[in-house]
Amino acid sequence: MRIVIAKPGLDGHDRGAKVVARALRDGGHDVIYTGLRKTPDEIVRIVNDEDAEILGLSTLSGAHDSLIPKICQKLKISDLSNVVVFAGGIIPDRDRADLHNLGVRAVFGPGTPTSDILHFLEEVKSRKNNGQEVGIGQDPGWHWN
Amino acid sequence: MALELSEAQDLLKSAKKGDRRSLSRLMTYIESGNIPNLERTQCWTLGITGPPGVGKSTLIGQMISHWLAMGHRVAVLALDPTSPVSGGSFLADRVRMDQADMREDVFVRSIASGSNTGGIPNYLGEMCFALSECGWTRILIETIGTGQSDVRIFGYAQRVLLLDGPDRGDIIQAEKAGILELADIIAVNKSDLPGSESAVQGLKLSLGLSENEKREVHLVSALEGNGIADLISTIESCEVDDSRRMIRMRETLISNWDSLLLNHSQIDLYLEKLCSGSITVNDAINSMIKEIISGGK
Repeated sequence: MRIVIAKPGLDGHDRGAKVVARALRDGGHDVIYTGLRKTPDEIVRIVNDEDAEILGLSTLSGAHDSLIPKICQKLKISDLSNVVVFAGGIIPDRDRADLHNLGVRAVFGPGTPTSDILHFLEEVKSRKNNGQEVGIGQDPGWHWN
Repeated sequence: MALELSEAQDLLKSAKKGDRRSLSRLMTYIESGNIPNLERTQCWTLGITGPPGVGKSTLIGQMISHWLAMGHRVAVLALDPTSPVSGGSFLADRVRMDQADMREDVFVRSIASGSNTGGIPNYLGEMCFALSECGWTRILIETIGTGQSDVRIFGYAQRVLLLDGPDRGDIIQAEKAGILELADIIAVNKSDLPGSESAVQGLKLSLGLSENEKREVHLVSALEGNGIADLISTIESCEVDDSRRMIRMRETLISNWDSLLLNHSQIDLYLEKLCSGSITVNDAINSMIKEIISGGK
């Protein structure tokens, strides 16, 4: 699948994003990396121009509860409701429910084996093939973790 | 993507009106091996090629600004290699192009080279025609990092810029046959680093050994922006070299032929038989060609 791995906001730590990008590449996916410090508008633009199916957002600075909702909202109004969004980095457990309610399908924290993310993507693929809703603008009922 | 041709024509229609979502989906349609109905008239293309890490993406980032200032709409097709082990890829050329993620008049699409020989998928030509028809007036193709014999880009770009860098070895390297002979425009990047001036001198000495050599060697710094305006003006005044039509067409032909072979539905079976020694390479080629001709591939 075509996957954009993005670093929103001012957070300058991308070791995690690069580890994930590498693992997805080794899992046979085409991974587009945005580089650091992207605005929500830029991220949505990249997802559109690259026609990505999946967007992974990496944030470690605590700005997830401000930036991720903005990105999700902009995806929805940009005819990108089918895009599957997952998040990773430093995201406290208490914030997960809000992200799931937005339609974010998985949140991966420190210590996650990269194989978990690949399994999540396999599940996404099979759900998409079965016509089930997994996009950011679709029924947020299902999430991976 | 299972799109009908009529849907693709609708995408083309709205992409022509400036809808980016449609343009992006149209690119995916072409990437999936489909061919939309295009006018295929004139289209302005520049290939940018050179060794890995020489600064191709960063230079493109700089050149984009100059073309935007001239009123052009700039599209970039940026190739990165597909892993022969996993089939995946890490596409990160756009990270170096500052304008890529903001401006309406810039469109950057990352493309995995796939299993295609020469590092260039044969659908690239269709992508260029589609972009041109949608009003993109400067279309740049960035190759994967290349070596001396990688000339496939000539099958897809009307003009080719070879970018080199400092510390590329002695002058003998520049004497060898290959991409240097064919490139329309030659530049050395990283003028901010030591060794770049001597790289220019080496290339000039080499080119000077041939009669009728008119190409100059540009020295630029993609990092600091030096020399870019001169380079752009050389690119703009570079006429498409019709004497190389046979060379270009040869690369296009090989590219498409390879693609037929690589997309043969039984290719894995043939590879297994070759590995086990039950058929020879000639046997494999003969029967694959027959199957391709009979349409039963």
